[in-house]
Amino acid sequence: MARSTGEDAQALIRSLRSAYAATPKNLKIIDLYVAFAVSTALIQVVYMALVGSFPFNSFLSGVLSCVGTAVLAVCLRIQLNKDNKEFKDLAPERAFADFVLCNLVLHLVIMNFLG
Amino acid sequence: MVATDSPAAGGSLRYAFGGVLSFFILVLIGVLAFSIRLFSVIKYESVIHEFDPYFNYRVTQFLTKKGIYDFWNWFDDRTWYPLGRVIGGTVYPGLTLTAGTMWWLANSLNIPLSVETVCVFTAPVFSAFASWAAYLLTKEVKGPGAGLTAAALLAMVPSYISRSVAGSYDNEAVAIFALVNTFYLYVKTLNTGSLFYATLNAISYFYMVCSWGGYTFIINLIPMHVLLCIVTGRYSSRLYIAYAPLVVLGTLLAVLVPVVGFNAVMTSEHFASFLVFIILHVVALVHYIKGILSPRMFKVAVTLVLSVGIILCFAAVAILIAVVAASPTKGWSGRSLSLLDPTYASKYIPIIASVSEHQPPTWPSYFMDINVLAFLVPAGIIACFLPLSDASSFAVLYIVTSVYFSGVMVRLMLVLAPAACIMSGIALSEAFGALTGSIKFHLLASSDSQGNAGDATPVSVLPENGKAKTDKVEETTKERPSKKNRKKEKDVVEKASVSHRPENQRAEKKLWALPIEASVLGILLLVLLGAFYVIHCVWAAAEAYSAPSIVLTSRTHDGLHVFDDFREAYAWLSHNTEVDDKVASWWDYGYQTTAMANRTVIVDNNTWNNTHIATVGTAMSSPEKAAWEIFNSLDVKYVFVIFGGLVGYPSDDINKFLWMVRIGGGVFPHIKEPDYLRDGNYRIDSMATPTMLNSLMYKLSYYRFVETDGKGFDRVRQTEIGKKYFKLTHFEEVFTTHHWMVRIYKLKPPRNRIRGKAKKTKSKATTSSGSNTSPKTKKNPWQ
Repeated sequence: MARSTGEDAQALIRSLRSAYAATPKNLKIIDLYVAFAVSTALIQVVYMALVGSFPFNSFLSGVLSCVGTAVLAVCLRIQLNKDNKEFKDLAPERAFADFVLCNLVLHLVIMNFLG
Repeated sequence: MVATDSPAAGGSLRYAFGGVLSFFILVLIGVLAFSIRLFSVIKYESVIHEFDPYFNYRVTQFLTKKGIYDFWNWFDDRTWYPLGRVIGGTVYPGLTLTAGTMWWLANSLNIPLSVETVCVFTAPVFSAFASWAAYLLTKEVKGPGAGLTAAALLAMVPSYISRSVAGSYDNEAVAIFALVNTFYLYVKTLNTGSLFYATLNAISYFYMVCSWGGYTFIINLIPMHVLLCIVTGRYSSRLYIAYAPLVVLGTLLAVLVPVVGFNAVMTSEHFASFLVFIILHVVALVHYIKGILSPRMFKVAVTLVLSVGIILCFAAVAILIAVVAASPTKGWSGRSLSLLDPTYASKYIPIIASVSEHQPPTWPSYFMDINVLAFLVPAGIIACFLPLSDASSFAVLYIVTSVYFSGVMVRLMLVLAPAACIMSGIALSEAFGALTGSIKFHLLASSDSQGNAGDATPVSVLPENGKAKTDKVEETTKERPSKKNRKKEKDVVEKASVSHRPENQRAEKKLWALPIEASVLGILLLVLLGAFYVIHCVWAAAEAYSAPSIVLTSRTHDGLHVFDDFREAYAWLSHNTEVDDKVASWWDYGYQTTAMANRTVIVDNNTWNNTHIATVGTAMSSPEKAAWEIFNSLDVKYVFVIFGGLVGYPSDDINKFLWMVRIGGGVFPHIKEPDYLRDGNYRIDSMATPTMLNSLMYKLSYYRFVETDGKGFDRVRQTEIGKKYFKLTHFEEVFTTHHWMVRIYKLKPPRNRIRGKAKKTKSKATTSSGSNTSPKTKKNPWQ
């Protein structure tokens, strides 16, 4: 049982890797950016756990800015992905422009709240 | 549309004309929404109504005089003496900032509007905007015809009018516009998947958070809808784009508003949004993996992940439950808890229970407030299921939740109003479409049988929501519905016959066409229904909801009587007392006193400190001496009571006395409610209990009342009063208004010299050697 689960897990990982290798380059870059943002958020949470949460507004704005950029990047990826039928007539420039606008608003709020 | 050239040009011309016509209809709807709310300005004057608007008005005055930085940091020391109130951190700034901006804009364009005028007319202007937002929202859900109907209905619905007449300068005036706008932008993002609208949605949500505490409705309804979509298998990437940025940006923006602050991440009202955020990410991940893996590998992945994931989930949920259960109210605030459990407030928080707006509504109030919409809503719900889309499922969820909440608190009928209008707009539009489609079908069938083989444009719009119309409808149109009909008629003016379609489609249409007489009758009756609705709305706006409640009128056989006692009393206070004098009254009148009389008050309508209110309540329920002590300890100079016994005004302080006793008794145990009750009732006649007859409220209300008609007959309680002849020992009457509605008393200062034991001879006014007074005899030093 355990052996077959182990083999299953390995087969799964292999197929995941091969499927993922097929994604286009720009999407992989966005994925990397998302991973970076999420890891920055995790580092901030660990730091907060070590040092305490005062001032809370700075912590909140830091974490939420990381999470926010990750979410927006995922939205951009969704819109740029060729496999998505719903967005096939959306120009990539328009998607990127929306992404930039939303990030501007997000960071304006973050700057205001950082304290 | 596939067609030959000229009909295509004709089609686009028709669409352009339809567009222009709908624009004019929207302008007219805006004018209607604005003008139906002006009855109080016409009947009385341009004055601010009720209680809460006076506070908002005072804050707006401060903002316009001192500027935004001072407003943000304002600490108000003229209320809740001696505690004061941090206005900057406890007020929802949306309304005052909006009105302040409008005033500043008008003045910079050299239009000299006063602050009061801007405040009075803010609500009608924003109700016009709310109607337009409702048009946009319903257009996203069903189509432009339904949109126009919904907008017209919302412009007139009495429940919205009741909180947004000209003069009702309260948070709901702008909040309903913000609510409908946020929902519109959410549905638009859901339909288009555009990140631009998601940004606008977050900004509109920020405006809503600034404006009203009811924003928690949005931040719980939208996650509920996302969950519904996921559970019914309607997950799509547009859902992710609609929800995820809103949560992050929305939470950040909500935290920016000082009155919400860190509550946005720490109270249970917001946890639903975070929970659904996590669930949505899990679902999105699953969806993505499903997309890139083969089905067999996906099954393997699922079994592997489930076994590990379930353990993690249990752990996380256990931690969450432990954290939440540690707080006494499980993290919910009192007001939210009283929404979920309607009996909570009456058991634990008498102040919330005592506000009349927080009582559950009666059945007739539904008919009064949304009238005809009450039975159009179920039809709309059915129409939303044919076909079901993300947007229409949102509309159904909105109406269901708002019906529940309106059943808990009558004040929340206001949140029901836009939902009911949207549903009814959809229902009416579908009904009209089906009926006129049948008529058109019959007419075309009859003309077709005469061998009409003319220009065929296989254009068609086999209307699922049937927008076909005929000229016959023109004759039967009246009033408001006619605007919508006329737009659709012109739309389809010489529409080519559908008769040249293939036979099977003809057969299909035959199946659902109603007989022509039934259709015509149906249309007539629907129009009549609309007419009744309009008549009711105008009546409700004119008679029921336009009273400013600071000025009362009554009609007698010799004309119109105006009772302006409140403003008379506040004017007396502002002219005849020192600027720093403290005035005590029941908390209902606090805002008006600070705004109009400009004096420091002890408690006001904000009711944030229950103990302070209980102190005032105890003072009102105690005998004179004890009350004097309490008021003296608070530095109070003047006390006033509202008394309606002479003219029959039922909302006076004697009728509110039971709350003073209950709230006071809740904090000070020596006030026991049974002491004031005779056979379970509060009475003020000869059968009243001695505690009641000795209480300060009784004495201040009925002092010298017997002089008015010789018998002391109280018109509100409909009996003669119990104790008719008495003197006040610690208070002196300084002013009573024209109709005895406001009675102002001053605290007597303590005497310099205390009388000795010789109290038997009343004529002796001299003092005995004061030092010999034995402390054991309880003499009244103020006699």
